Amino acid sequence: MTLFIVSLLIFAVTQALPSDPAEAMLGREATPEALAALRADFGLDKPIVVQYGNWLFGILGGDLGTSYATSTPVSEYIGPRVGASFFLLLIAAVGSIPLSIVVGANAALRRDRKFDTTSSLVSLILAAMPEFVVGTILTIIFSTTVWQLLPAVTYLEVGAPPWSDLQGLILPVLTLLLAVTPYVARVMRAAMVEVLESDYVEMARLKGMDERTVLWRHALPNAVGPAFQVIALNLAYLAGGVIIVERLFNFPGIGSALADAVRSRDLPVIQFLALIIAGVYILTNLLADIGTVLVTPRLRTRLK
Amino acid sequence: MSNAAGLRIVDLRLNVVATGNDIVDEINLTIEKGRVLGLVGESGSGKTTVGLAVLSHARRGVEVAHGQIFCGDTEVLGLDSEAKRKIRGGLVSYVPQDPASSLNPALRIGLQLLEVLEAHNFGGSDEARKARIKEMMAEVLLPTDDEYLERYPHQLSGGQQQRVGLAMAFACRPSVIVLDEPTTGLDVSTQEHVLKTIRQLTRDHGVAALYITHDLAVIADLADDVAVMYSGRVVEQGEVSEIFKNPAHPYTRHLVAAAPDIASKKSIVGLAGRAQSPGKRPVGCAFAPRCELAEDACRVEFPKMVSVGGRQTAACIKANQKVAVSVASSKAMSTRTRGEPAVELVSVSAGYSGNTVVHDVSLTVRKGECLALVGESGSGKTTVSRAIGGLHREWTGSIRLNGRELKPMARQRAIADRLAIQYVFQNPYGSLNPRRTVGDSIARPLVVDGKSKSGARQVVLDVLDKVSLPGSYANKYPDQLSGGERQRIAIARALVSEPEVLVCDEVTSALDVLVQAAIVDLLGDLRRQLGLAMLFVTHNLPLVRSIADEVAVMSEGRIVEVGPSESVIGNPQQQYTQSLISATPSIERSMR
Repeated sequence: MTLFIVSLLIFAVTQALPSDPAEAMLGREATPEALAALRADFGLDKPIVVQYGNWLFGILGGDLGTSYATSTPVSEYIGPRVGASFFLLLIAAVGSIPLSIVVGANAALRRDRKFDTTSSLVSLILAAMPEFVVGTILTIIFSTTVWQLLPAVTYLEVGAPPWSDLQGLILPVLTLLLAVTPYVARVMRAAMVEVLESDYVEMARLKGMDERTVLWRHALPNAVGPAFQVIALNLAYLAGGVIIVERLFNFPGIGSALADAVRSRDLPVIQFLALIIAGVYILTNLLADIGTVLVTPRLRTRLK
Repeated sequence: MSNAAGLRIVDLRLNVVATGNDIVDEINLTIEKGRVLGLVGESGSGKTTVGLAVLSHARRGVEVAHGQIFCGDTEVLGLDSEAKRKIRGGLVSYVPQDPASSLNPALRIGLQLLEVLEAHNFGGSDEARKARIKEMMAEVLLPTDDEYLERYPHQLSGGQQQRVGLAMAFACRPSVIVLDEPTTGLDVSTQEHVLKTIRQLTRDHGVAALYITHDLAVIADLADDVAVMYSGRVVEQGEVSEIFKNPAHPYTRHLVAAAPDIASKKSIVGLAGRAQSPGKRPVGCAFAPRCELAEDACRVEFPKMVSVGGRQTAACIKANQKVAVSVASSKAMSTRTRGEPAVELVSVSAGYSGNTVVHDVSLTVRKGECLALVGESGSGKTTVSRAIGGLHREWTGSIRLNGRELKPMARQRAIADRLAIQYVFQNPYGSLNPRRTVGDSIARPLVVDGKSKSGARQVVLDVLDKVSLPGSYANKYPDQLSGGERQRIAIARALVSEPEVLVCDEVTSALDVLVQAAIVDLLGDLRRQLGLAMLFVTHNLPLVRSIADEVAVMSEGRIVEVGPSESVIGNPQQQYTQSLISATPSIERSMR
């Protein structure tokens, strides 16, 4: 349902883009006849509702349409890029979730001490910087001015498995990691502080549990529930944020594809990518809700 | 001697870390094995701080300044952190106030019990531990099957949760146990079971128990000895019978006088003023500012504990002078002249989303009289009061104000009807807007009514006077006030629209006894002076006798018994009422 509304919006917005894909392709000197022929070819001369219907049913039936710019089916053009981007996202997520939980939990545990103040200062600075600044700084440090350890851009063929250029992956992943971790770590810290002040944590200490048990068994499970929601929002944000990072490191994923598609008014590609990003939003939020229910017995037992 | 003493606290002092001000000081207590010492005092008197210190624990921002605490032969304050961990739950255990928030919501109760045993290497093997858990569950009268142990805390009732807490505390056979208001928030019948279990376990296992509470009747019922705390000091201690029959410290005398008792119709008496927080406490006896016997000598240094006779000691220079403290009420109990009906309920049923929780309730609240609506949690008493106030959506039947039919919701009622019925809420902390001055909050209904600013101001001063607060309070914000003052403000706000009916929903349950007595006293005065009809909703049966003319007892959504409070409480006819009354602890009954 949500996706349907989103699809409507995406379609409406892309249709409202100024300029005409046919014109963008053929250039300014194209004859009106050629333009009209191309428009008919793309189905752009039909009423909008029909266009939308064709597009929607096409997607539902697995036909994503044909890219205007490359004249290849969208699925063929986008498929490998989606895979590559998801791989990037996955590594960033797998890295950032435990990292932020550990940082946040430790900050809460050492509240108002050095680790806490330093980590909150660092995370505030990181959170305040846009990804491309972080990415640029990382590039300066690791690949250009300071050290030349890592490649500044990814040398990855479209369609090649993303892990074939591991070195090239490091900087994009690191940038994404630094973009997400601060937020989640701060939320985690807040949730953890609250839990550590709770009666049941005090009780756990008063019945002689050692600090490790108190932290891992009594405190953490109750703190990650609220953190899941923020993690989800941030991963979803990553799905959009990946565009800039991919541009920056020339990573052949959906981000660069989207940027190219917008430039050439390649409507089918734009529409489908937007739909995928929206899908990621919805999916991660769904997963977060499921995760919250799973770690909260009160919610879990209600299902039975 | 050290054999007999299960717990010995010697000259204990705890400070606020930031300021160095004392939270508690000069605490000396001894509890013999197998005995229960009741530690009483109002909120903020330092009871819990002392209790936690026995487990060698201080909350954030609090530190032990000096003193020693012996659990058996072990001095616990000087232990290193690993040794502290070992004694907690092993040698000395803790039963917290609120079982619902003290059991970890994410862990099964079986695991929470098991981990205590594991942490203290109790019972060599898993089998032995499992057997011990079953034994404990049986001792606290809970099911012992595995299915039950796999439950999460939220799948248990409040009473069951507290029994799990007790099982946990007794699991490793401690020699000292600290119980911090373990029955607050439980219904009387549940409380009775829990108290019985506590008494049984401490006697059987020779445990020295420190029982912290503000409820004198529970102490009279359960404890062997009592220590009374005020402003961080123990002001009087002795055996239960000594303290309750012959309280020597003026504070104790006021405390006893303010405690309502189910066994008698007594007019409870409050006391003005309040105890000061750490750092603002006066030099000398902290009670002196509120004490009518105080003289200059009281303000020089904290009085020494003097023997009053037997084992009773009191920290008052006049402890042995039998000077009367004016704790008797000057007011005559109201003579009964039947007023006109103000509010009538005729077969009211109410529910939530289709489930009927109140069945066929008919009640009459008369002018100038107080009807108490009592019942255990979930009995439907609050739903009834909300229906009267027009705050409840789903109800049928008829509610009449002065013979006129009322619309179901407050929004549909005429303004005059809305003003005529005013509601005072349970929680004085949540019902006042923290961003408005008290005066603004009170004046709100007047402004809505279109009164001029100066006119409203005068009315605000009038109602503040009625609730015995100085006019300067109009400019204060709620967080500058104590709980009792806030509740007075809430009443003042209700009075400002000159109501005929006042619905009071558990208005004293968040307050200390002295404050409760003062509020009850105030409500009685207002009723007499203004001819208010009052519906007093409460679970506190003893209080009913001191405030209400009539009482209606509710159970499972129905009225079980209704009549004059003296006859219903003094000579209940219904079995439910009888069981409720016999389950309620009483000082007088315990002293007989």
